[in-house]
Amino acid sequence: MGIISAIGNSVCENLEALLASKSGISSLSSLQTHHANSIKVGEVNLTNTQLSDVLNLPKNNAFTRTALLGLHAAKQALLNANITDVNAYKTGFISSTSVGGMDKTEMHIKEYCSNKEAQKYINSHHAGDSTQKMADAIGITGFVTTISTACSSAANAIMLGARLIKAGTLDRVIVGGVDPLSKFTINGFKTLMILSDSNCRPFDANRTGLNLGEAAAYLVLESQEIVDKENKKVLGYLAGYGNANDAFHQTASSQNGEGAYLAMQDALKKGHLVPSDISYINAHGTATANNDITESIAIRRVFGNTVPDFSSTKAFTGHTLAAAGAIEAVYAVLALQENVIFPNLNFKTPIATTHLHPVTTVKRKEIHNVLSNSFGFGGNCSTLIFSK
Amino acid sequence: MKACYIHSAVSISAQNTFETDLNLSESNPITSKKANANHPQYKTYIAPGALRRMATGVKMGVTAGKKALEKANITNPDAILTGTGMGCIEDTENFLNALIANDEAYLTPTSFIQSTHNTVGAQIALALQCNAYNNTYVHGALSFESALLDGQLLIKNDDSRSVLVGGIDELGKEFIDYTLLVEDKKHGVQVPFSEGASFFVLSSEKQEKAIQLNDIKTFSNITEQEVPTVLNEFLAENNYKPKDIDAVICGNNGSVYDSYYSKARAIFPITTSQLHYKHLFGEYFTASAMALYLGVYILKNQQIYDTLIIGDNSKNSIKTILLYNQFNGRDHSFILLSL
Repeated sequence: MGIISAIGNSVCENLEALLASKSGISSLSSLQTHHANSIKVGEVNLTNTQLSDVLNLPKNNAFTRTALLGLHAAKQALLNANITDVNAYKTGFISSTSVGGMDKTEMHIKEYCSNKEAQKYINSHHAGDSTQKMADAIGITGFVTTISTACSSAANAIMLGARLIKAGTLDRVIVGGVDPLSKFTINGFKTLMILSDSNCRPFDANRTGLNLGEAAAYLVLESQEIVDKENKKVLGYLAGYGNANDAFHQTASSQNGEGAYLAMQDALKKGHLVPSDISYINAHGTATANNDITESIAIRRVFGNTVPDFSSTKAFTGHTLAAAGAIEAVYAVLALQENVIFPNLNFKTPIATTHLHPVTTVKRKEIHNVLSNSFGFGGNCSTLIFSK
Repeated sequence: MKACYIHSAVSISAQNTFETDLNLSESNPITSKKANANHPQYKTYIAPGALRRMATGVKMGVTAGKKALEKANITNPDAILTGTGMGCIEDTENFLNALIANDEAYLTPTSFIQSTHNTVGAQIALALQCNAYNNTYVHGALSFESALLDGQLLIKNDDSRSVLVGGIDELGKEFIDYTLLVEDKKHGVQVPFSEGASFFVLSSEKQEKAIQLNDIKTFSNITEQEVPTVLNEFLAENNYKPKDIDAVICGNNGSVYDSYYSKARAIFPITTSQLHYKHLFGEYFTASAMALYLGVYILKNQQIYDTLIIGDNSKNSIKTILLYNQFNGRDHSFILLSL
């Protein structure tokens, strides 16, 4: 796995911050916006120039921040999986993003006719561009695609990867997602009045909205055949996955959390697991009024009165939109490896109707199965279950 | 592993494809650099309140999707899959321009909400109250193919019985002009840029005269020289030889990259009909969904309009069709259909 987020530029740095309860949420510095003083964000601490240099890209490259963050994480994932020849097996690449090349589009759109230098970003606007650049840079020429289902995107990328391996279409697939911060999304979420002016408080009765974050994470999925043949160390298994649509509203989730409920049920069913098998839920927990109550209700519907230990890690990274499912997949695998539950920061008071208390300090215990939720606009709900 | 059949195909395009299925006897000349779709009466399919908020792509997608389900007699599919290259570019432009013009003030959420790439899939799910698997692919010229591949996988391996799959792209108002601005005048795309939505119902059920989606394979990158090898391998994997293919539909758009199609066409004997379509339907990231619609129409009706044929040889009986598309020499897709 590879990751870059507000709490670190590698898996190691992310783990250290999680164990130290060290949040990456801060004031905005990388973008010019009038909202800078009224929001908090999770920023990656490397500029585009620094990322380009680390990645050894030519000076005149047309990489958007999306492609830069993505490639940084994808390269780490390959290194971590000990892959030297990417084409030794049938290898695919599935990325996901919600903003695509918007970070450059919003900067240059009104000068595309006059500024020749900026024109290189015209064809990098579409959401597949960052994926193509990453695939080219790591040498994958076969199956490559991009998913965009808002904030559940990366979970769906991971799911598709697993299904393609299961079907024998691929032997190995790099899956994940990326989203940089952009004025477009900051203003969009601002109009929906769901951005908090302070550090977000997932599952707290007095939560005030979400913090946006930027990040990228990729995981290498491999078939059992490769594992056996190369005697590879397995970090974890994707045991179950579920995808359902809430079919309620373009942005709000239904009162009874139907989509979330169905996604969790489906994942348990596909994983041949029962609710009591789950050791830890890494919740979607964005800290918006709507998400946290409906997710709580859905969790209650699935788990009844014996809700497993759960937390949202959004107070560490911010809500990283399309990348969130991959970021939290990395955290789920870390939880399995380290036998630890990462804390839900900034929680004080439970929501009155559901009475759910997340884990608020680092908790050590044997972890067997981690359930990870990702829900998005358009009613797109996805659940992944990672197992030892 | 189950076989995957296509039970319905519906398309909204720059030509007459929607109201009475394909009718190219009087094709609309598309001569400008941008060709809008021949839009149907959307109010027949979408409630006025919802219609007002919808951008072109959402209207096209929801309408084509609904009609595809109707034609296949499906009320609630087991999955809704969409592909779109540029996504909801109209609403993206609207929100971005409002943001720039008002310097981040006085913005309303509507166009932002509807600018997310999964809007069409979401709106179809909402209209049908369909909680099933729902996914959206946004990978340039492989957006539709990725959705189709997922759909085929659901039918073949994951026990879905019926899957709605579609490709949608709208022209938009501004970004398309920047695309045209950087398109090489001499070597670039020569057909107009256009828009459309094509939807299909995939099914595991074999009906009489069923059209089978035998296989689909995509490649991010192959060289021109590799095309014959890759294509022969694809056919062989499906137990076909070039001589078994009755018609080949390629995405020629007049650019220098048409040379890839020439390499592909060259492996087939003279008895294989050679077809093209983008001179009538234009180029857009999900134009290949239009080609699948044509493939289904030809197999079903055993009729090929002359305007689609390159050369003059046309077979009497069409049982197997290969589709090949790529864009600027990358994002290659091969689709095999049979009757």
